[in-house]
Amino acid sequence: MELLATRARDYRPPTWLAILRGLLGPTIVVLLAVVLQRYSKSLFADEYRVWDDVLLKVGVNVILAVSLNIVNGYTGQFSIGHAGFMAVGGYTAAFLSYYGSFALWGDTMPHGGFLSCVSEPAEFVGRFADTGDAWFLLVLLAAGLAAALAGVVVGLPSIRLRGDYLAIVTLGFGEIVRVLLDSTEGTLSAEEIPEHSWASRAHYLGGPMGFFGQPFYTTHFWVWLFAGVTILTAYRLKASTFGRAFLAIRENEVAAQSIGVSTTSYKVYAFVISAFFAGIAGALYAHQLGNALAPSELCYQKSFDVIIMVVIGGMGSITGSILGAVLVTALPEWLRQPTHVWHVGLAMILVALAFSRFRVSRTVVLMALLTAALELMRFLSLHYEVNLERYRMILYALSLIAFMLLRPQGFFGVYEAWDAVRFWRLRPRGKTAAVGATP
Amino acid sequence: MPLLELHNVKVRYGAIEALHGIDLNVEQGQIVALLGANGAGKSTTLRTVSGLLRPASGTVLFDGKPIQGLPPHKIVELGIAHVPEGRGIFANFTVDENLAVGAYTRSDKAGVAADRERVLEMFPRLRERLRQNAGTLSGGEQQMLAIGRALLARPRLLLLDEPSLGLAPQIVRQIFALIRRINADGTTILLVEQNVHMALDAASYGYVLEVGSIAMHDFPATLKTSDQVRKAYLGVA
Repeated sequence: MELLATRARDYRPPTWLAILRGLLGPTIVVLLAVVLQRYSKSLFADEYRVWDDVLLKVGVNVILAVSLNIVNGYTGQFSIGHAGFMAVGGYTAAFLSYYGSFALWGDTMPHGGFLSCVSEPAEFVGRFADTGDAWFLLVLLAAGLAAALAGVVVGLPSIRLRGDYLAIVTLGFGEIVRVLLDSTEGTLSAEEIPEHSWASRAHYLGGPMGFFGQPFYTTHFWVWLFAGVTILTAYRLKASTFGRAFLAIRENEVAAQSIGVSTTSYKVYAFVISAFFAGIAGALYAHQLGNALAPSELCYQKSFDVIIMVVIGGMGSITGSILGAVLVTALPEWLRQPTHVWHVGLAMILVALAFSRFRVSRTVVLMALLTAALELMRFLSLHYEVNLERYRMILYALSLIAFMLLRPQGFFGVYEAWDAVRFWRLRPRGKTAAVGATP
Repeated sequence: MPLLELHNVKVRYGAIEALHGIDLNVEQGQIVALLGANGAGKSTTLRTVSGLLRPASGTVLFDGKPIQGLPPHKIVELGIAHVPEGRGIFANFTVDENLAVGAYTRSDKAGVAADRERVLEMFPRLRERLRQNAGTLSGGEQQMLAIGRALLARPRLLLLDEPSLGLAPQIVRQIFALIRRINADGTTILLVEQNVHMALDAASYGYVLEVGSIAMHDFPATLKTSDQVRKAYLGVA
């Protein structure tokens, strides 16, 4: 016993290496966000400029899907209230940035530097702390905290409820938020603001028409920074003892209790963590040029969109949620203006092949068929000049139905892209796996 | 002082009383077998000890301190690990991850690593399958994993609920040999079993439950010769 304990200590990596490893993820995330921000303008040719906007939407949806996955996928609690958390975050942020900008600068215009400047050149004014960049960072965090608080409120009833009953409670939460926002009044103009106290300004959040006038701070930097942070958090959770408690609850609640997991607290933690990131996603959504921050946009329809992303990718899979967010966001846009997709299809076929150890599995065939179908649609629409845009919602719905019929566990199931390595090592060549759905 | 004492414990499921006030003692270092037919209240007793159920009345003393009404995770921290009926492994976790969550309540990494090593030495089959999903294991391997996982909490009292359930006789013998070994290493065990022969061979004391009450309790040698037990459970007229 004693000897083994000493040996276990010897195997632990040195502290400096552990710290370096820990910093690797955050460094990559920040670098990626800065690079995207710097070069986003030259990323797409002029005719595809709309994809620049889609890329921002993808990023926000990645945050939403990966965070919802913590409740629905990891913990196995079915929440349909994600848009509610998004709305809490979005409106908190819009309130702070609109009325806060007025208090700080005397107007409600953007005061961004390099990090949050939509138009070039970036007008970096003075120290970082004086710019809209610093203010927007605070606004984003405040939005996350406000949504996390809402997460406590929703998480607490979930202690007693499960399955359909919990789903209804979360749905109800989303609707309450929507109705409350509907009952507010139009935002105050610059002249009217001084006449109202801070507390009474909370009554002027735009009402059914939506919140107008907030400065547009959302850029590639902020979106991909927080998308990266969300993914890192989800990844670290999955690998940590703390996060395994979530997975344990999903797998077997009684067994989780029997090994000492306080299932009641962990369900609330899951809601709080998930809501925090949903709030940030809401804040990013609220400050993106071209989005309407209106109650009707953040109703249960939005929640279902996020659920679809998580389900398509595979409940419990981070890579799956990311893939789902990309597909669900990009597909309707693609149908407007179809481009070649064979390279994307090829990448997905390769992933599927890696999981099956280069056997032609059902999923490989499915991916090949999907790619072929999209390429065929592109060809037909160009050749016969059919405007796919008109039928895009029908096609989108049909592809969802087809995907769920052919692969109900989602693209990745509960696995991650990097689990392919594990399957590779385990499975003897030429034999089929005994149990476990592999993509 | 016994490690575990139950005094007049009553448990209700809604309007139905499943345990009508039972008294039970488990001494330090013993294997105590809890026998009885289906629905006698064996699993209910274990679930009450591990905090999954709250007794309607009565006291549960662990190490002399009352633990009835504590939430399950606090009871695990005190040193009681429960291997639930039907094993309750996490099917989509790897074997290694299942073991890792077993040490959920502990923070001494070196101690956990040592215990993990001890469990893997005890169950070599698990070492071969560390990276495999637990759902792909055979029934016997799953039972070993469930016991190994419980051991990683370094319990002073291990509650085993029907470890022989659905296993081949050969595997059952292996499992019981391991239970004896765990006990010899210093872990007290409260064992619920339908396989009365095996249970009484391993146990140092036995209780017989009948519809929610203790019908009799004695040393295994006496229980084996008792007409009541022979008729009801051993199939001997």
